[in-house]
Amino acid sequence: MNKGHIVIRSYLFGAVFLLFLWWGIALLLDLPVIPAPDKVLLKLVRIFSQSVAVHAGFSLWRIAAGLLLAVLIGYPVGVIMGYFPRADRFLAPLVYLTYPIPKIALLPILMLLAGVGEFSKILMIFLIIVFQVVIAVRDAIRTIPVETYYPLYSLGASVRQIFCEVIFPASLPKFITAVRVAMATAVSVLFFTETFGTQYGMGYYIMDAWLRVNYLDMYAGIVVLSLMGLLLFGLIDMAEYVTCRWRR
Amino acid sequence: MICCEECGEKDMIEARHLTVGYSSRSRNNPVLCDVSLTVPQGAVCAVIGPSGCGKSTLLKVIAGLIHPDQGSVLLDGSPVNPKKRKIGFMPQNYGLLPWKTVRENILLGCRMKGEITAATRREAERLCQCLGLEGLERRYPRELSGGQQQRVALARSFLLRPDVLLMDEPFSALDAITREEMQDVFLTLWKQRGTTTILVTHYVEEALYLGQTIVRMSADPGTVAEVIPNPLAGRTEMRMSQEFFARGRELRERIRAGGCHE
Repeated sequence: MNKGHIVIRSYLFGAVFLLFLWWGIALLLDLPVIPAPDKVLLKLVRIFSQSVAVHAGFSLWRIAAGLLLAVLIGYPVGVIMGYFPRADRFLAPLVYLTYPIPKIALLPILMLLAGVGEFSKILMIFLIIVFQVVIAVRDAIRTIPVETYYPLYSLGASVRQIFCEVIFPASLPKFITAVRVAMATAVSVLFFTETFGTQYGMGYYIMDAWLRVNYLDMYAGIVVLSLMGLLLFGLIDMAEYVTCRWRR
Repeated sequence: MICCEECGEKDMIEARHLTVGYSSRSRNNPVLCDVSLTVPQGAVCAVIGPSGCGKSTLLKVIAGLIHPDQGSVLLDGSPVNPKKRKIGFMPQNYGLLPWKTVRENILLGCRMKGEITAATRREAERLCQCLGLEGLERRYPRELSGGQQQRVALARSFLLRPDVLLMDEPFSALDAITREEMQDVFLTLWKQRGTTTILVTHYVEEALYLGQTIVRMSADPGTVAEVIPNPLAGRTEMRMSQEFFARGRELRERIRAGGCHE
């Protein structure tokens, strides 16, 4: 518990430090493009429930849907590739040849195929997260020493038991790390996709405020998008803390 | 071949002409070459030999974890089948799952066999006390010392009440005093249950103290050099006797002679 307090205090300290840095730069430069944080935060409090909240909700939903889809497809594929070397020999070239393609470059094609609506945005996030998940899970399972399976093999465990007792817990830490890494990319890509073909989402909100030359709104949007990223990171960290107790 | 002349009991473990070659090695230089051994129902067989003589491989073949290139293993007259048999296998690295607590690790064997009852839980607690593990039940393996991990693995094997117990250097990570205590714990449990056991060891004294038959293996290729009946097994009062030391010295000499083929 004590340790948790120290962590929270140091994070608060970091946040205060960054706010002061922002404040200092705003005062020093004195440009309308860099408003002081107090004005932005006050503005945010005023407009959050009436406009920003809806946009934030849309963005969160897209990320959640993309992430869920990526896990639902990526995790089983990673397990199959990691546990069955023959499947890996067949699938690895496909994964490796498609992994380095910058997914964002596929956005025009995706929009042509899946439309400019929700689906292409979710698909984009899916594409970015899924490869990381597949590769992380596969590598995690490959590095399980064969001796780890011995107690279960010698007890005549079923495939389901081997999955529940060994494969799942052994791959969980790397899986969570992969989601965490992919999440940062996903948030920035989300911003980009939301500047097209939608009137909802933080990306739209920020760019719209920019076009209206309403810098306070724009900054409020940036702050909310950043907090969203922080929230997602926090949730992932919490999931890791709860499920990977044995690594501490 | 080990045969139990004095008792007419049937053989529990019967390994016939096992030959195993890892793919990296050439066929001419297998890990195990024509190894046969039998262990009668309820006996303890100690396998001893220089490192690299295939002791661990032999144990894995008997546990059904490695399929031999030639030969076969029969447990109680039928081919090894981990699904039908209760095989207690304790590998050299203890085989604990790092994501499970001590308690979960101990219960793992019984859980795989669907045998968790209030009685097994009580028995697990009793074993924890017996092996000096009380108070550690909620810890994870990485928080334990090597000796404690080994005792957790022992508790798991004992709790399972296996048909055959296969142990790969089960007491090696313990200090000398704890090792002797654990050997006595093993003997006590074995006397209660009469579990057929194969025990791989590199301690001559351990083989002499626990194994009614001692299988001495030699390396390159791994073969059974000789099978020695051992009347001293399980006799605590003989542990400090002249005879025990004399036999120990003799066995050590033979292992040394058998290990230096090159």
